[in-house]
Amino acid sequence: MKTYTYTEKKDTRSGFGAGLAELGRTNPNVVALCADLIGSLKMDEFIKENPERFFQIGIAEANMMGIAAGLTIGGKIPFTGTFANFSTGRVYDQIRQSIAYSDKNVKICASHAGLTLGEDGATHQILEDIGLMKMLPGMTVINTCDYNQTKAATIAIAEYEGPVYLRFGRPSVPIFTPADQKFEIGKAVQLTEGADVTIVATGHLVWEALEASKALYEKGITAEVINIHTIKPLDAKAIIDSVTKTGCIVTAEEHNILGGLGESVARVLATNKPAPQEFVGTKDTFGESGTPAQLMDKYGLNAEAIIKACETVIKRK
Amino acid sequence: MANTKELQDLTTQVRRDILRMVHKVNSGHPGGSLGCAEFLVALYNEIMDRKDGFDMDGLNEDLFFLSNGHISPVFYSVLAHAGYFPVEELNTFRLIDSRLQGHPTTHEGLPGVRIASGSLGQGMSVALGAAQAKKLNGDKSLVYTLHGDGELQEGQNWEAIMYASAKKVDNLICTIDLNGQQIDGSTDTVLPMGSIEAKFVAFDWEVITIEKGNDIDAILKGMAEAKALTGKGKPVCVLLKTVMGNGVDFMMYTHAWHGKAPSDEQLENALAQNPATLGDY
Repeated sequence: MKTYTYTEKKDTRSGFGAGLAELGRTNPNVVALCADLIGSLKMDEFIKENPERFFQIGIAEANMMGIAAGLTIGGKIPFTGTFANFSTGRVYDQIRQSIAYSDKNVKICASHAGLTLGEDGATHQILEDIGLMKMLPGMTVINTCDYNQTKAATIAIAEYEGPVYLRFGRPSVPIFTPADQKFEIGKAVQLTEGADVTIVATGHLVWEALEASKALYEKGITAEVINIHTIKPLDAKAIIDSVTKTGCIVTAEEHNILGGLGESVARVLATNKPAPQEFVGTKDTFGESGTPAQLMDKYGLNAEAIIKACETVIKRK
Repeated sequence: MANTKELQDLTTQVRRDILRMVHKVNSGHPGGSLGCAEFLVALYNEIMDRKDGFDMDGLNEDLFFLSNGHISPVFYSVLAHAGYFPVEELNTFRLIDSRLQGHPTTHEGLPGVRIASGSLGQGMSVALGAAQAKKLNGDKSLVYTLHGDGELQEGQNWEAIMYASAKKVDNLICTIDLNGQQIDGSTDTVLPMGSIEAKFVAFDWEVITIEKGNDIDAILKGMAEAKALTGKGKPVCVLLKTVMGNGVDFMMYTHAWHGKAPSDEQLENALAQNPATLGDY
């Protein structure tokens, strides 16, 4: 079985910051907006190098989404930066009307998604954002798994014409994808081959899925781990092909099981290849204060939970 | 340059279009549309510096954003008469498969429309972005907007109003349709807003008031003053005092026709008060 190791951990938001800085040097149309969270979003480098292409909006996210929409009229490619909660739920109608329905080329970049935001607690830990964004017609939804992938995705979405929601986070997580990867929107990345169960994971849960697959291998179970960085459009073929081989699937995400990746996968399978599925995600609940590790353990978003879900789903075949 | 009579004749025709459009589908918002007919006719035919044809970027031409999207009938009629699309297409307003949706949208590819609006309070933010893009592009043209007065109850406007002066967005002229009416009643009965002028002044905007907002000459004079204030470090607000339902006696001075279409007899009466000038579509 193919195994993955890492030598360094970094936060995915820093991958965004690095990608944005590179875009600042290579694409004169890229502009950035922030609602008073420059440091949290790691936008400093872009701002230092391109002060004229940065817009500090203040604590006014609705205005930020509208200004971003307006900047596209004139050929700019705006990247908005704030926490995931304030990038989606707070400004849903602004995104819906001024960006999605108006088909504006805005990149909504959202950090501190999910429970791993940690101690700030449930007011800031959005677990519904993937659902909100994937329901908007025309919106592309991306949730990256490590620093390298987040950097590559940030650069890739500038080349894509249309609204994008790019979700990443705060904690340091293992860097295990290649620095020179080509990021293809909508293209799943198969990480391991297996015959007994498919694990489709997104974001911070991808590494946990790899850890789970190692432990399962020692128990004589081979798991096919697929990194779904793009939740919409979903790579249905990769999912169907894998489940055709393994006969069952576990989905894993740092998000409510209602409205997230798992439900999108279930729809694909129900209409193409019905198969037993188990869902690793938060169970229709808000989060709470705690360290990221404590929260991921308490809410069952880790390798251990994925292993249990795999064992359960294999029995249901 | 069009003379006042020509603009007045076009306004009368636009008024007929509005009435016939909403009557045909028994829905839409005639009151605010009628009240803003003179303003939008003057804006598109005299005030704005526009290019022939239409492209979304609108580089090196003045742009307009309609924030109070429910007055789509007047917007569509003025756009059609300005040459963005065939006037006959007004016949499809609010019908299935039409580019003329109930509220304006870019989604169906209607030339002249650069943002969807209808959910209120979003237009000023969009205009700010477009205005700042113009500055980045070294484009000296201006951005115009129109907002309802009731619409100012939406908080996003005040985020935008604060930002515009803070960031010295001085290539922007925002016009508030001060008709004192909203769907549920007068603005003073629904949610009194006090002095809108004082609020804009307090937010460090230049403010011009056009007392006769349904008078073409007064509009041209006031907008020329507003334009002269651009480029001096402050955003410009125009308070346009209009009469909702203007030009149709039974629709004037009331909120009753904010979102209601006339009956057959009422249409006949209203059209009789506005004889055709350029021919109906």
